[in-house]
Amino acid sequence: MVEYHITHKTEYHYQEPIGLCQNIARLIPRSFEGQRCIHSEMKIAPNPDVYNRYDDFFGNHVTYYAIEQEHKKLTVLVESHVQIVKKQVEWNAMPKMAWEDAIRLLATDAANNAEILQFVPQTFMTTISREVKEYAQPSFPPGRPLFEAVYELMQRIYKDFEFKSGLTTVATPVNMVLNLRKGVCQDFAHLAIACLRSMGLPARYMSGYIETIKTPGKEKLVGADASHAWFSVFIPGKGWVDFDPTNNQIPTFQHITVAWGRDYADIAPLKGVIHSSRPHKLSVAVTVKRVAG
Amino acid sequence: MTASAQQLSLFQNYFSDSYSYNELLGDDGSLRPHWQTFFNSFSQLGPDQIKEREQDILRFLKENGVTYNVYGDDAGHTRPWHLDMIPFLISEPEWQKIEAGLIQRATLLDIILKDIYGERLLIKEGLLPLDLIYNHAGFLRQCSGIKLPGNKSLVLYAADLARSPDGKIWVLNDRTQAPSGSGYALENRLAIARILPELFSGLKVRHLSPYFIELRNALQNMAPAKNPNPRIVILTPGPRNETYFEHSYLSSYLGYTLVQGEDLMVKDNHVWLKTLGGLEKVDVIIRRVDDIFCDPLELKDDSHLGVSGLLQAVRSGNVAIANPLGSSILENPGLMGFLPRIARRLLGEDLLLPTIASWWCGEPRALKYVLDNIKTLVIKKIYKESNRSTTVNAAELSNENLEKLKQDMLARPFLYVGQEKISFSSTPSILNGRIEPRNVLFRSFLVGNNDGYTCMTGGLGRTSAEPGNFVISNQMGGFSKDTWIISPEPGYTLSTNRDVLKTKTPVQSAVLPSHTAENLFWVGRYAERVLGNARFQRSVMQLVIEGNRLQFENDIITEQLLLKALTARTYTWPGFTDPKGTEKFDNPWPELSDIIFNTERQGSLSYNFSLFTKAVNMVRDHWSTDTWRVLKGMEDDWEEAAKSQLTNFRMVGALDSLITSMVAFIGLNRESISREQGWTLLDTGRKMEQSLLLISMLQATITDVHSEEVTYNLLEAVLKSNETLMNYRYKYKVHIQLPQVLDLMLMDPNNPRSLIYQLDRLKAYLSGLPKSEQNGHSLEKQERLILEAYTLLQLADKSRWTIPDEKTGTYKYLADLLADLATLLLAIPDVISRKYFKHAHGQKQLFAVEEYPVI
Repeated sequence: MVEYHITHKTEYHYQEPIGLCQNIARLIPRSFEGQRCIHSEMKIAPNPDVYNRYDDFFGNHVTYYAIEQEHKKLTVLVESHVQIVKKQVEWNAMPKMAWEDAIRLLATDAANNAEILQFVPQTFMTTISREVKEYAQPSFPPGRPLFEAVYELMQRIYKDFEFKSGLTTVATPVNMVLNLRKGVCQDFAHLAIACLRSMGLPARYMSGYIETIKTPGKEKLVGADASHAWFSVFIPGKGWVDFDPTNNQIPTFQHITVAWGRDYADIAPLKGVIHSSRPHKLSVAVTVKRVAG
Repeated sequence: MTASAQQLSLFQNYFSDSYSYNELLGDDGSLRPHWQTFFNSFSQLGPDQIKEREQDILRFLKENGVTYNVYGDDAGHTRPWHLDMIPFLISEPEWQKIEAGLIQRATLLDIILKDIYGERLLIKEGLLPLDLIYNHAGFLRQCSGIKLPGNKSLVLYAADLARSPDGKIWVLNDRTQAPSGSGYALENRLAIARILPELFSGLKVRHLSPYFIELRNALQNMAPAKNPNPRIVILTPGPRNETYFEHSYLSSYLGYTLVQGEDLMVKDNHVWLKTLGGLEKVDVIIRRVDDIFCDPLELKDDSHLGVSGLLQAVRSGNVAIANPLGSSILENPGLMGFLPRIARRLLGEDLLLPTIASWWCGEPRALKYVLDNIKTLVIKKIYKESNRSTTVNAAELSNENLEKLKQDMLARPFLYVGQEKISFSSTPSILNGRIEPRNVLFRSFLVGNNDGYTCMTGGLGRTSAEPGNFVISNQMGGFSKDTWIISPEPGYTLSTNRDVLKTKTPVQSAVLPSHTAENLFWVGRYAERVLGNARFQRSVMQLVIEGNRLQFENDIITEQLLLKALTARTYTWPGFTDPKGTEKFDNPWPELSDIIFNTERQGSLSYNFSLFTKAVNMVRDHWSTDTWRVLKGMEDDWEEAAKSQLTNFRMVGALDSLITSMVAFIGLNRESISREQGWTLLDTGRKMEQSLLLISMLQATITDVHSEEVTYNLLEAVLKSNETLMNYRYKYKVHIQLPQVLDLMLMDPNNPRSLIYQLDRLKAYLSGLPKSEQNGHSLEKQERLILEAYTLLQLADKSRWTIPDEKTGTYKYLADLLADLATLLLAIPDVISRKYFKHAHGQKQLFAVEEYPVI
């Protein structure tokens, strides 16, 4: 069992007073098997006039808040306390089912597997092109166990692509990332998801944080001071299994999940609308501190 | 000629193809019974009357401004609505079957809609495939789990129906997003009733009004918190939308405020209408904007047609929308094949109305069938992509395109549906005075209230542009038809304006949305700009015509000064002030004609006229029928004049008729715009423009010192173009002199064209605008400005106006006064615009996807 204390602070500075600002945040971590969000609190300054909380289609916690009086600065601070069960990647315990059989198995009971199968179709951010399919195919020879195939796909993405920020945005199409051979975590996650979907497999986009403090004997993980993203695949007999192509690893206890969806657009951490024509400044700071374990 | 012989001659050229059902004639070639009475009356009209009435219908529709906008036409052209004078007839016994089938279908779709956004049991039980719903662009996950206040989710429903060769009525399409056409159906009925009342004789035609009465009740009932007096608005994408006519028509007919996204805002989880007087809470929205455009915060983030935060207000249960966001999921041809099973399971009934045979390609067997038989089928996508048609007749594709379609279908089969082609029945239509068969389909409208669904007893019939053409679309031409449900019993009933909407509860007082107020203000300004410029141009042209072409030195100077003044006043520089352009003085006509008719040239009369018509169209629900007729006539005449090569004399004539029409337009509005503050806003715009135009005319003509004769000529032109020459002569009975002219034009409170008169009216109007609460009894900024201008003019020392300043060669004191007045007045529109018209700036995404760091 590992426990983390996470602070996520977002600040906006406007050039002119804003009279109405409406926002949707997905910043409160969800709880599920293997992760428990013990406590999470969002502090907003100035104090919002409207504050609604509900769960979205995918079960993520959503916060809507609106500030209806003039303000020139907006601060959103989220402090969360999350408990994670340490997992071992038990290679031998992974089902040996071939990837085609996994697809067939899910399809035989499509009605009951609806919640899983909804992650098969492509989305705008995970558009399947010929290039995507061609990139995916070498990892999926006939009869290969699903876990093994996905693991290799993750490794290939890690090897073939250079981590480089500033080149891409979350709006960069998968195809362009494929040409650039460079990108950041959400590009790699989107690419992997598009590849898996091109083969007919269900894949989820995962959003959250990663522990960045160097652990002895291990390399420092990428993803400090910001949100992190990775992907998850449904393996019949095992359930959803996460993969982090940015760090070439299977998350065990250093990844804290906030939300999941079909792609980034489903679960953007923050979005909002203001009524102004002038530019604004944004700063984000994230710290992930291990407090137990 | 006997009636039957007349009938015979009517149909001597009536040949229908034998593949489709003949609505008119039975197999033995005789008239079907429900047509007989109709054609007894119709044939008595005779060929001449038929032609005449056809023209009357065209005129009626045009004068009522019935249009249908064509997409992709940037000029903003509207297509006149075409209405066939022969209605589509359905007999009462058959109608009862259709009606029952439609109500059953609406009931079923309502349950499906609730389930899709609720528990999704239909998917879990295998009655609906996941891929058919989850891959549909209209499945809005953001709307899942929202509890709606009313017990019907599908409030408005429309279905396109047609009769297949076997005589049965089939459902072709379901319309659930924002069904259009009910307003056109009503307008069609009014047109036929007005122009061809004798056709109803001996027939019992069902009324349309019960549908609209039920519509109002339904909207009333769906208001959150059971507000007994809810505010209901119609949300339109705006005048560029193809069915904008209908939005504004229904707005007037039902008495609901017509709004655009920018008129609304979400605050405190409620939706508010921004009005001149502040914010008004909105309870119910009739939505004519596609759902994904309705909320830039949660749906399509670059939409400017919606209201950000709308979904939060819906989620909080504080506003109801008809139809609810997400209802376009049912506009899904792939659903058709699954409906019979769902009907049996959920309703325990078979579908009463057959649907067109459809194969959803998400099922491997269906995909194989569709690919094997592709040339005999129509291929559709399960959802519409923007406004492009996604229907393809595979038989008409080139081999290359067919192959591409097949590849697309194989790659994502669940997006495609194959449908059989059916031939719609043919029905008699009037074309150029002759009766010919045309294929017909019609749209039925239903509204859901607590107790169930009510079907409009009538509908919108549409016919193909050519015989045998089964692609029927308003975008592609074709005619519309009134649809009559008739019973064979005798009896004359007629649905007209008289039996309309009586409601139990009073409607909310009308309010003026801010952007409507702004448009009315600009209609006033442009109207006066066109009028003022036309009058000045006319006086200058008359002077040029009558001036005997420059015989005397003084006349030459006058003419040149006035031509220059014309350039200055219309802001069409360099124009006549061009130092190199002396040839323009030798022959001023090309330039004169250009600044009148060249629409492309800023400041020209045509340019201002086009701004005027644009502003007028933005608020078209504010014009009475009479006003609208004047407007249309004015537009047609001006367009005609601009096209023709007019002689100089005729150009003046064109200006004459423009001026007359514009005066009529303004006069009619004074009497007919009764809505709160509407006229005030329009007239504020006029007075503002009149003041500024008068000042700029005086600046351009008489602030410089000229010889006595030139001054006389200029003054005469000024008086003439302000229609004040008669007034002057009556009042002063002397030779035209500067001090008297200035007194009359600036200071005379009894001269409705004087500056002081305009300022006095403006003072009253501006102090009548709603006040800010925190301001208490002190003056608003616009009040201060107008009071300052008014006082400045009142206190001016008249005796100094006509004292020339030797250094500058001008009447400097007067020139300075006019300049100061102009500065004060020019500041006012900006102040009221910020305070009353724009409650907020344009929206902007705060956290554009580009900037939020994710690593």
